Amino acid sequence: MPDIPVLELRGITKQFPGVLANDNVNLTLMPGEIHALLGENGAGKTTLMNILYGLYKPTKGEIFIRGKHAEIHGPTDAISQGIGMVHQHFMLVPVLTVTENVMLGQETVKSGVFLDKRTVARQIREISAQHGLDVDPDAYIKDLPVGVQQRVEIIKVLYRNADILILDEPTAVLTPQEVEDLFEILQSLVDKGISIIFITHKLKEVLAVADRITVLRRGKTVATVTPAESTEQSLAELMVGRAVELTVQKGEAVPQEPVLSVRDLVVKDDRENVTVDGVSFTLRAGEVLGIAGVQGNGQTELVEALTGMRQVYTGSIRLLGKEVANATPRTVTEMGVGHVPEDRQRDGLVLSYPIKDNMVLNTYYRPPFAHWVVMDEEKIIEAAEKRVKEYDVRTPSIYATAGTLSGGNQQKVIVAREFSRPNKLLVASQPTRGLDVGSIEYIHRRIIEQRDSGTAILLVSTELDEIRALSDRIAVMFEGKIVAVVNAADISKEQLGLLMAGAMPKDMPPSAVVAQ
Amino acid sequence: MADEKKKATKERNGNGFWRRAGRTMLIPLLAVVVGLLLGGVMVAISDPVVLRGLSPNPWLVVPSGEVDPSSQIDLQTALKFHKNELQIGDYLAFKRGNSYIYREVVKEITDRETQIDFERAKNRAPNLEAGNVAIVLTFSDRPFFVFEAAGRAVWQAYRALFIGSIGDPQRIAEGWRAAVQDGNWLAFREAMRPITESLVTSIPYIFAGLAVALGFQAGLFNIGAEGQIAIGAALSTYLGYSLTGLPAVLHLPIALIGGMVGGAFWGIIPGYLKAKTGAHEVINTIMMNYVAFRLMSWLLRGPMQRPGAGKPVSPFVLESAYLPTFFGPPLRLHAGLIVAILAVIFVWWLLYKTTIGFELRTVGANPNAAKYSGMSVARNIVIAMGISGALAGLAGANEVLGLNHFLAEGFSPGYGFDSIALALLGKSHPLGVVLAALLFGTLRSGATSMQSLAQVPIDIITTIQALVIVFIAAPEIIRWLFRLKATGEEEKTVITRGWGS
Repeated sequence: MPDIPVLELRGITKQFPGVLANDNVNLTLMPGEIHALLGENGAGKTTLMNILYGLYKPTKGEIFIRGKHAEIHGPTDAISQGIGMVHQHFMLVPVLTVTENVMLGQETVKSGVFLDKRTVARQIREISAQHGLDVDPDAYIKDLPVGVQQRVEIIKVLYRNADILILDEPTAVLTPQEVEDLFEILQSLVDKGISIIFITHKLKEVLAVADRITVLRRGKTVATVTPAESTEQSLAELMVGRAVELTVQKGEAVPQEPVLSVRDLVVKDDRENVTVDGVSFTLRAGEVLGIAGVQGNGQTELVEALTGMRQVYTGSIRLLGKEVANATPRTVTEMGVGHVPEDRQRDGLVLSYPIKDNMVLNTYYRPPFAHWVVMDEEKIIEAAEKRVKEYDVRTPSIYATAGTLSGGNQQKVIVAREFSRPNKLLVASQPTRGLDVGSIEYIHRRIIEQRDSGTAILLVSTELDEIRALSDRIAVMFEGKIVAVVNAADISKEQLGLLMAGAMPKDMPPSAVVAQ
Repeated sequence: MADEKKKATKERNGNGFWRRAGRTMLIPLLAVVVGLLLGGVMVAISDPVVLRGLSPNPWLVVPSGEVDPSSQIDLQTALKFHKNELQIGDYLAFKRGNSYIYREVVKEITDRETQIDFERAKNRAPNLEAGNVAIVLTFSDRPFFVFEAAGRAVWQAYRALFIGSIGDPQRIAEGWRAAVQDGNWLAFREAMRPITESLVTSIPYIFAGLAVALGFQAGLFNIGAEGQIAIGAALSTYLGYSLTGLPAVLHLPIALIGGMVGGAFWGIIPGYLKAKTGAHEVINTIMMNYVAFRLMSWLLRGPMQRPGAGKPVSPFVLESAYLPTFFGPPLRLHAGLIVAILAVIFVWWLLYKTTIGFELRTVGANPNAAKYSGMSVARNIVIAMGISGALAGLAGANEVLGLNHFLAEGFSPGYGFDSIALALLGKSHPLGVVLAALLFGTLRSGATSMQSLAQVPIDIITTIQALVIVFIAAPEIIRWLFRLKATGEEEKTVITRGWGS
């Protein structure tokens, strides 16, 4: 390994009012290395990378690029120093082509005014071929799958001649297969001499792809380790600062009477496309049914239909023996359904409201929180204080707005609100998306607790590990249909992956109910 | 336990309310200050003296050779050569050596001869002597005079604004003395007229501001307050003159409620259209305004025209429907103020203490979360527009029952439109609306006296109001001016959701 690090951060400290986001952080990136930056949400990973990208000015500390002291005052400086960033949320214009997106902001022109798309397209093909990034320069972004869009982002960075690549949570939006592809691409980039900082909180990925791992905890560098000397368990402990249960402890499920029974459900999305296409299943009290599937195969619309938020086209939903297709969300809630929505910021919370109001978002109108139309502030505060304590929401006070909380704590607010009602059915959609190990462990434990107290749980997740860890039975959704329902214990991860991709694996377990 | 509760309350109040209120009010307050400062600049540069000072050849120059230095101070001599060019606002100054020892603005020209009171000049400048040269100054001679003139113009303008909107402290003191000594309150009442007039102007602003603010809170942009005011006023007027023989305790509330019903009806129409068909309330409330204006024109020329009147005016409202005045003439302050205060308290209670307000605010802050929580977005839109319209209608009823006592076209000088700006300034909070309404009412009612006393056009006030709104809408400017740091929490004024939603 060459001696001069391509990038070195020394003693980076960033003080925000009231928060020490980075505290004397050190990071050394060697040429041709994949360096994982691991930490819980709120550990200061993103702040650190924003400092490196020139979006924040560090309170203290220095940045060295290729051994030379560097002052980075903005993304333009960062790009000219060869630093490129692929954000978690892609910065692409959907209605433009790949070529147009890549040249955006750095347009190559001929005769002064005309865009020289042909040259850029050729350069894109060259970059693609060189690194095994299979992208058609003339395709429109909106037609491309998420995984390919991410490649476009990487090409964009390479087109600007970056040799330090920062990837912020790159696998959060990808299918398992796409993750594999991404890792291959990263390996090929590194082989060509590019250095990569890989930000994540997923332990498996870090172990699979990183050369070295720097762990951040509460703004401090806790350790820099190699995958060889680490295990998932040891990394999780470094991240959280205590021993962590990675696997959910759960006993055998005791399924009782059916709570929810869905028959031939058809639901359309906002653009009138059929996205749930004749789905049927039954869910019993005291069991967890996991709906597995790649994002966008109808899970969202299924959940919305079940919770009254979306019109049912045809079919029936029977909840506790009553037909609830096209019932209002309030009716469904009052029948004893808790709902952890997929998009917590869009549906689950009012970010500008204090936590106490978010805690009663769907029970505000009934005693003890309101009598007639007058809300009982004392009771709301009392309940909020209790739930914040009980569900370990880390907040300075219940009067802080939900928008000031970290993602994990926002989710805990929702979980506290939904789980503290006596539920017959709990619909949890992506309950741990974007959360850190500690919060995931906590929320998983709560879900199993609910199951054991006799609640029927419908778990929708795109995380295979989560589905496998929590579910008693798994239903796999593909293109709006449930392609198979199996006992969780009987099926391997690989078989599930194939089902999610629309293929039918051989050797399906005898317990499986396979759609025709 | 009780202690704990007390502590919690204290924490809530100490930590939350006052600090938040202070933080929320800082930017509007600074915006008002900057608006007044910029208004001052505009007053200054539109002042005739300043303009003259800034023009290329502004001042009369008396060449020194034309004045005999040994002679008496002789203004006539000095001006002999130029008296036809002398203008009000020119500077006269007396010079000894290189320094000016006395200067005065020409205030009056009689028969093209200007007298100067030498004794007075001597008093002000003791070292003024016979033989000092009197000259008329040029700008290049002493730019300071331009600034002085500018300062004088601004001072006079804002003094006139203050006297016209709050009152002349001297007159108030004298009136008070007279009242205490002789028991004659007339002079005192006269002196208090400006401040009560400001309150009178603030009342419709409070109602209309509440109307728009409540709409904002529910995510609706109610531009139709002006039309709702008109319809409210029309219905209120009708009930005011057509119901005869009722006692005031019945008649007045009926007329007020009529105003609310009229406004609410006019607000519910676009609300319902939005809830049912998604038609954008901005467009529909604008259109409803035009319908309301034409409807009022027709009513005043047809069914509601005062018998025998050649003009489009309604009959007079019966005295039993008057909002009573607090004091005798010339003070017009009426009980509409009490209704307004009750409305403020009611809206505050509704928004922050009831489930209705919780739903309205949730729909405004995040309609998706509102739907998720089982609230009916459509129903809340209709409710919000109804309450908003009712409040605007009260503004109209208030003008008719409290001030004019009959309906005529143009009775509202744009209260409904001003109240949009006002609600923004008040951050859509009832208490903020009251403060903003008092400010607007004061500016509006002082503007007239500013025009008559200081010759500053009324439009300056409109411009100041506009500037304040620009700074509220773009708080970054204020933050930059005062080097304020953005508070971590987002304090965006959510006006309305996009056109598409």
